[in-house]
Amino acid sequence: MSGVRVVFWKELADYFGSRRSLILFIIICITGSSITYISAQTMGQNFAKIPVDFIFLKLFTSSAGALPSFIFFISFFGPLIGIILGFDAINSEHARGTMSLVLSQPIFRDSLINGKFLAGLSTVAIMLISIILVISGLGLSMLGIVPNLAEISRMGVFFIASVIYIGFWLSLGILFSILFRRTASSALASITVWIFFTFFIYMVAGVIADQLVPITHTTTLETITKNEHLKNMIMRISPATLFEEIAGAVLNPSVRFFGVVSSTQIKGLIPNPLPLGQSLMVIWPQFVGLIALMLICFAISYTVFMRQEIRAI
Amino acid sequence: MEAVIETNELTKSYNGTKVVDRLNLCVKEGEIFGFLGPNGAGKTTTILMVLGLTEPTSGEVKVYGYDATRQPLKVKRIAGYLPENVGFYEDLTARENLTYITRLNGVKDKQAFAKIDEVLTEVGLLEVANLEVRKFSKGMKQRLGMGAVLVKEPKIAILDEPTTGIDPKGTDQILKLIVKMSREQKITVLLSSHLLYQVQRICDRVGIITKGRMIAQGSVDEIGNKIMEKEQTLLEIQVSKLTPTLLGSIKEIEGVKDVESSGNRFLVKCSQDLREKISRAIVESGALPLQIKTQNYTLEEIYIRYFREG
Repeated sequence: MSGVRVVFWKELADYFGSRRSLILFIIICITGSSITYISAQTMGQNFAKIPVDFIFLKLFTSSAGALPSFIFFISFFGPLIGIILGFDAINSEHARGTMSLVLSQPIFRDSLINGKFLAGLSTVAIMLISIILVISGLGLSMLGIVPNLAEISRMGVFFIASVIYIGFWLSLGILFSILFRRTASSALASITVWIFFTFFIYMVAGVIADQLVPITHTTTLETITKNEHLKNMIMRISPATLFEEIAGAVLNPSVRFFGVVSSTQIKGLIPNPLPLGQSLMVIWPQFVGLIALMLICFAISYTVFMRQEIRAI
Repeated sequence: MEAVIETNELTKSYNGTKVVDRLNLCVKEGEIFGFLGPNGAGKTTTILMVLGLTEPTSGEVKVYGYDATRQPLKVKRIAGYLPENVGFYEDLTARENLTYITRLNGVKDKQAFAKIDEVLTEVGLLEVANLEVRKFSKGMKQRLGMGAVLVKEPKIAILDEPTTGIDPKGTDQILKLIVKMSREQKITVLLSSHLLYQVQRICDRVGIITKGRMIAQGSVDEIGNKIMEKEQTLLEIQVSKLTPTLLGSIKEIEGVKDVESSGNRFLVKCSQDLREKISRAIVESGALPLQIKTQNYTLEEIYIRYFREG
């Protein structure tokens, strides 16, 4: 196991030393803090309109004018971070000629890929923690409100979900870095998947849903609901959708369902916030799906890497 | 001497084509073994199988008694490997690169640092130890590669094309290092190459491989004698004056098979060493022999001969 540790520390040092991580880090910090600043400002202006509960979480969910919320920011740029950290993990070793040098040392072959994956995941975790702390710190000083235990634990869950979400893209990047010999190809392939899941999935889901459950102006409410449900299910193939739903439910305690709900279904509903356990229940399927996506992606990379002939690539 | 690397009917095929075909290789303790063959003959594949980095399709490899396929870690612990076109982490310094290797070998940093300095001195890179590898020349990288082999204190060093693409001075440095580590540290060396002259200079024994088959194994002289014994001797003669009568009289000497002339030089192919009789014929014709050379067979000729036959 010492092999994994050595690879892990070396890769971690590489990630933090390299220019690309530094640039990413700066961009995220600036954007994160500017989001907080603006949302805190707007919240300060309309203080009366905002419910007293969970004000702190509003820092992460509220969007101000043209600037998107923090959740949107992570769901949109998180994949880029993961891809940037992972896309050249294996093929750059081949290109540099370090692969056979490292593998001829007395370590198991999986130490290399495990070490790299864990180092990437840790980099992501450290980045996210710093950003969340920056936002919380700014929020504390501007709003003058201390987060309560429920809010802190919700932020914890949100943090874990974000790491897993970005971890999926990291392992996707690593997978492509194993499958493609050239770093340019693996970067392009990863970005293609990202664009598909982020932009095109909406259109694809819409088209498929409309084909299967067509809507005209004579359709009943039931059919519209069905169409909407189908569209949501298709969109949930995308990890971005899963993440947005998780983040939405975790950071917004009053969320208790997704999609279209008829007014009869919510009749008599008391719109008070849910405890964390109940919120987790709401998004548990999404959570498991996200974890599964990341693990499956990594498992495929692992298997392919272990079976690959050292010369063939 | 004990055999430290032994392969038994080693075979590797990729998609049905045999890259290495029933190869039997035997490297003895303490020797420098040259593994020769043209590009694509299966040298690197064989080396990867010896290190346990690639699984053989059939057959087995034993390194110091360890099965390279089943116990690759044991083999990798005692064998240092210099890959063909070795690369390093460009953003790290020479010292950091070697430190990474000692750490992967599970050596404590305290012990490793002294060893790394020692090795860097030996390969002549101590002054540039804190320079990023991206600034290194190809020759320096190759020497750092030798350092990466030495730093793990191996029993066996496996060097894949260690001198390819390096200038003559760099080549000389590498070859000296190889000889030094073999003589002083008693490291067994297996080196693959297609550059015969160098191999001939430093190797105790050689093996010639072509199309995945080992076609000869032994010292350069042994192999030379074996293939050349049925052949003729070649004499290169320079005389003060070459006349057609002289050529005629030489052709008549018993045992001379063929004469080719150009200017006042000529080549004589004969079945045995006829230098005495030929010089007498030259003197009798009124000319004087200026130079008579027998041609020794170099490894190159042996090698080319083999490939023509193979």
